[in-house]
Amino acid sequence: MELNEFVAHFAEQFEETDASEFTPATKYHELDEWSSLVGLSIIAMVDEEYGVALKGNDVKSSVTIEDLFNVVKERQ
Amino acid sequence: MAFLHLRDVRIAGIAAGVPRQVRNNIEASGLNFSSDYSPEEYVKSTGVLETHVSPTLCASDLCYHAAEKLIADLAWPKDEIQALVFVSQHPDYILPATSCLLQDRLGLSKECYATDCGLGCSGWVYGLSEICALMATGEIKKALLCVGDAKRRVAGWDNDPLFGWAGTVTALEYQQGAEGLMFHLGTDGSGYDAIFVPDGGARTPISPESFKYEDVDGRQYHRGMSRMKGMDVFSFGISTAPKSVKALAEHYGFNYLDSDYFVFHQANMKMNAVITKKLKLPEEKVPSCMYHYGNTSSASIPLTIVTQLQGQVQERKRFLCCGFGVGLSWGTVAFETENLVMPEVVLVDEL
Repeated sequence: MELNEFVAHFAEQFEETDASEFTPATKYHELDEWSSLVGLSIIAMVDEEYGVALKGNDVKSSVTIEDLFNVVKERQ
Repeated sequence: MAFLHLRDVRIAGIAAGVPRQVRNNIEASGLNFSSDYSPEEYVKSTGVLETHVSPTLCASDLCYHAAEKLIADLAWPKDEIQALVFVSQHPDYILPATSCLLQDRLGLSKECYATDCGLGCSGWVYGLSEICALMATGEIKKALLCVGDAKRRVAGWDNDPLFGWAGTVTALEYQQGAEGLMFHLGTDGSGYDAIFVPDGGARTPISPESFKYEDVDGRQYHRGMSRMKGMDVFSFGISTAPKSVKALAEHYGFNYLDSDYFVFHQANMKMNAVITKKLKLPEEKVPSCMYHYGNTSSASIPLTIVTQLQGQVQERKRFLCCGFGVGLSWGTVAFETENLVMPEVVLVDEL
């Protein structure tokens, strides 16, 4: 499991935010487009790409994309 | 794993009733949207444009009108109906059980088995398993499964844009030699608070404190209202429903892709799209009614069949249906129908 690939998959769940804005250090809750509905897309992406079932708290308590990457990596 | 194959019973008919009143999620005011998205974004993401709601009707009223229509279309003598199961999270009263009220209101015989079941999104599948198990004895020949929700219990509850109201009736009859219905049923009560009404039961009785509003993920709720951990429920649904479908097919040795229709609990569009994709189902075999009716809880599977498959159920058809949600609880059922009696959805007027 590779961090840059995870960031790219993460970015694909957004429609309006440009992919170049996403880095491992992005604090995703602060993005204008972030909402709980986008959170559902992230959960679906992690389920499909990595076979991990995230809980709501995983998405809420992680701050950066890399934080969430680490949660997924631990569960794999 | 709980598997059941209940033979010698068939589904004879399905009917559904909804309030006549339609509420549009973009045009209506006072709906409980989160502050982090607009009504338009909500409709696009959940796939729920409008719902049928009512200030006066209970789930049992919707079931009653659907049942009267279905019994008439089946031409069943009422005194031959020997069992009625009512599945709802919104009974008419705390006491007595609503199934008793429906027995009397429908004019059924006093020689009638009647019971309530308090499940939600999985409730139609569970209710079928209960009633089919009764009928497999051969001693009950005709029975009604009444399933639905109308979320009218405390002030404030009825402003949720996701949930619509519906009452359905499924008529079952004993038929020796019929293939029957195959079930996979599961439960995970560790997720009891994923969809939850904190106050009003015996654990936490209603008090003045119950009606103080609090912020839950950007939306305002009091403790008599149902709240949902949306991401947890989403994660549960997309992983559990496909597993349950596959488990049933594997256990009974059939290819689930051979089914004519796959009818899932109408949770929200996003969740159902993921489930459809994970099971590699052709979209034209996965009917949906949530755009016009919302998430109707336990009623959503039969309501989808009634509203989306009119004119398509005279010939022999193979169904695979899966309900999943509050509990957490889930159930998948496989069955065949032929000459299914299925009146158009009944629009019920206010009391």
